[in-house]
Amino acid sequence: MRRSVFSYPYIVWMLLFILSPMILIFYYAFTGEGGFTLQYLVSALDADNLTVLWDSIRLALYTTVICLLLGYPVALMLSRMRKATATLLSVFFIVPMWMNFLLRTYAWKVLLGAYTGILYTEAAVLLGMVYNFLPFMILPVYTILMKLDPSYIEAAGDLGANGVTTFFKVILPLSLPGIISGITMVFIPSTTTFAISQLLGGGMTMLYGDLIYMKFITEQSWSAGSALSIVLLAFVLLSMGVMRHFDKDSSGEKGGVRKW
Amino acid sequence: MKKALCVLIAVLMLVPLAACGSGRQAVTLNILNWGDYIDPEILDQFTEETGIEVKYSTMTSNEEMLVKLSAADCIYDICFPSDYVIEKLVAQDLLHPLNRENIPNLANIDERFLDLSFDPGNTYSVPYMWGTVGILYNTTMVSEPVTSWNVLWEEQYKGKILMYDSVRDSIGITLCKLGYSLNTRDEAQVLAAQEALIAQKPLVRAYLTDDIKMEMINGSAALAVVYSGDALYCMDENPDLDYVVPSEGSNVWFDNVIIPKTSQHTAEAEAFINFLCDAEVARANAEYICYSSPNKAALALLGPEFTESPVFNPPQEDLDRCEIFHDLGDFVGVFSDAWTKVKAA
Repeated sequence: MRRSVFSYPYIVWMLLFILSPMILIFYYAFTGEGGFTLQYLVSALDADNLTVLWDSIRLALYTTVICLLLGYPVALMLSRMRKATATLLSVFFIVPMWMNFLLRTYAWKVLLGAYTGILYTEAAVLLGMVYNFLPFMILPVYTILMKLDPSYIEAAGDLGANGVTTFFKVILPLSLPGIISGITMVFIPSTTTFAISQLLGGGMTMLYGDLIYMKFITEQSWSAGSALSIVLLAFVLLSMGVMRHFDKDSSGEKGGVRKW
Repeated sequence: MKKALCVLIAVLMLVPLAACGSGRQAVTLNILNWGDYIDPEILDQFTEETGIEVKYSTMTSNEEMLVKLSAADCIYDICFPSDYVIEKLVAQDLLHPLNRENIPNLANIDERFLDLSFDPGNTYSVPYMWGTVGILYNTTMVSEPVTSWNVLWEEQYKGKILMYDSVRDSIGITLCKLGYSLNTRDEAQVLAAQEALIAQKPLVRAYLTDDIKMEMINGSAALAVVYSGDALYCMDENPDLDYVVPSEGSNVWFDNVIIPKTSQHTAEAEAFINFLCDAEVARANAEYICYSSPNKAALALLGPEFTESPVFNPPQEDLDRCEIFHDLGDFVGVFSDAWTKVKAA
C-alpha cells in the first residue's frame, strides 16, 4: 500500500509529460480543418518522406555497427583490467558526457573544418554520431562483461577451448543482453537526432529529425509534423520489439547458456 | 501540513499585489529580438533616461517568433519581425495599432521606407533595419565579374558555393534566376526552381545560415548567398570579399518594430520605439549592427564608410530590381515540399 503512495508523483509525471503530449500528437495528426482526416498520415508516408526516413535509418545502422565494432573490444579490455584501472578509464569515457553535446559537436566542426576535407559530408555526420553515442555502447556491454563469472572462461579452457573458441562460444553469447541494450541505446537516439546533422552535415543530408523540425517550425503545420512523428514512433516501437525478441532468445533456453 | 501550505500560497498570492502597490515606476518591457541585433548600450541608455526596465531575449527565426507571438499568454511588448510575417500577424489580428502621438521621431524615417505594402500607412509597424539579398564572393577565387545568379550554377566553383539554409531565401533567389517572381503562386515555377536547385546540389559546399560569415571570412568558400548586412560585416573582416545584387533582381527585406496586441505596456513600448527612431540612437545602432538603417536623420550622422558603401546604402536602381516577400498563406507548403526534395536529393 505504501509503495502505491510513493508512485503517485511518477504517475502524475507520466500523465502530464508523457501521456498528454502523446495524445496531442495523435490529435493533431488526425485532425485537419474539416475534423478527422487521414490526409496527413498519407502524405507522411509519401516517397520523399520515406526517403528521408531511410537515410536516417541507414546512418543510424552505420553508427550502431561502428559503435559495436569499436565499443565491444574496449568494453572487453576494460572488463579484463584491474578494477581500479578500469574505473579510472571508464571515467574518461563518462566525463566528456558531462559537457553539453552541442558544444562537443561544435568542437568537431572546428577541427574537421581546419584539418580535414570531410566537413559538411555524410562522413562528418557519421563521425559526430559515433563520437556522441559510443559511450552508450561501451557502458552496458562493460557492465555485463564485468559481471561474467571468470570460472566459465576457466572451465572452457579446461575443456580444451582456445581463446577464439572461448570468445565466440562463451563470452559473446553471455554478453548478448549487454549488446542488445547497447544497440538500443545507440540506434534509437541516432535515428531521431537532428542537431548533429545540422552542425556537421551543413544541411547537405536531411535526417528525419530535421524534417519534423521543418514541418513544425518553418511550415507551421503541426498536423504534418505530428503525422511524421507518429511514423517515427511506429518505427522505433517496431525496432524495439525486434530487439526485445532477440533479448528473450539470448536469456532464454537458446544461445550460449543451453550448452551448459 | 495543509494549513502551512495554505498560508504559504496566500503569502505567494500577496507578492504580485505588493508589486502593484509599489507604484508605476517599475514597468519592465519584454523585448524579443534577433541575436546580436541591437547595440546593448542603447538598452542601458533607455533605462537610464526613462526609468523603464528592459528584459531582453532573442530568437533565431521569424517562424520561431510567430509561434511565440501567437501564444495566448504572449509576454512580449516589443518584437522585430520581417515584412511577410507582419502581413501574417495583421491577418491574425495580433498587433497593437501604434499611437503616432507617442512616436514623433517617426519623422526621421525616410519616406521611401514608409507606407510599404506589408503595412500600408504604418498602422502597426516602424521599419528598424533593411537590406538586400545578394552574392558575397572572394575576388581572389572568382576572377570574372559577378553580375548574375547563374554564377552559383557554374561547374568551376564546385565545392566552393554556400547556399542559405532557408526555404524562402534559397527558392526565392532561384525563382529570380529563372526570371520569375519570388512571390510566385505558380506550382510549375516552384517546381522549376526545385529542379534547378537539385541540379546545383553537387556543386554546393553546404547549406548554412550564420556560419556563412565565418566560412567566407576565412576563405573556405568562394561564393555565398548572404544578407547585405552580413556582407558588410564580412567585407570589413576580409578585404578580398565583395558583394553584388545580381541583375535578375533579388529580395529587399525590412525588419520592423511592432507591439503585440497582448502587451500591457503599450505607452512605454511606444516610448521605446520613439527612442529607437532618435537620430543619434539609430546612428549608434546602425554602426554597431552594420545593417542599413531606414533613418535618414541617422544616415546624415554616419561617416562616409557607411553612406558611400553600395552595400549599406545601395543605389536606387538596385532596389528597383528587388521585391519584398509577401506572406504565401497555405502555398508555403508547396515551397516547403520543394525544399524537402532539394535537401533529400
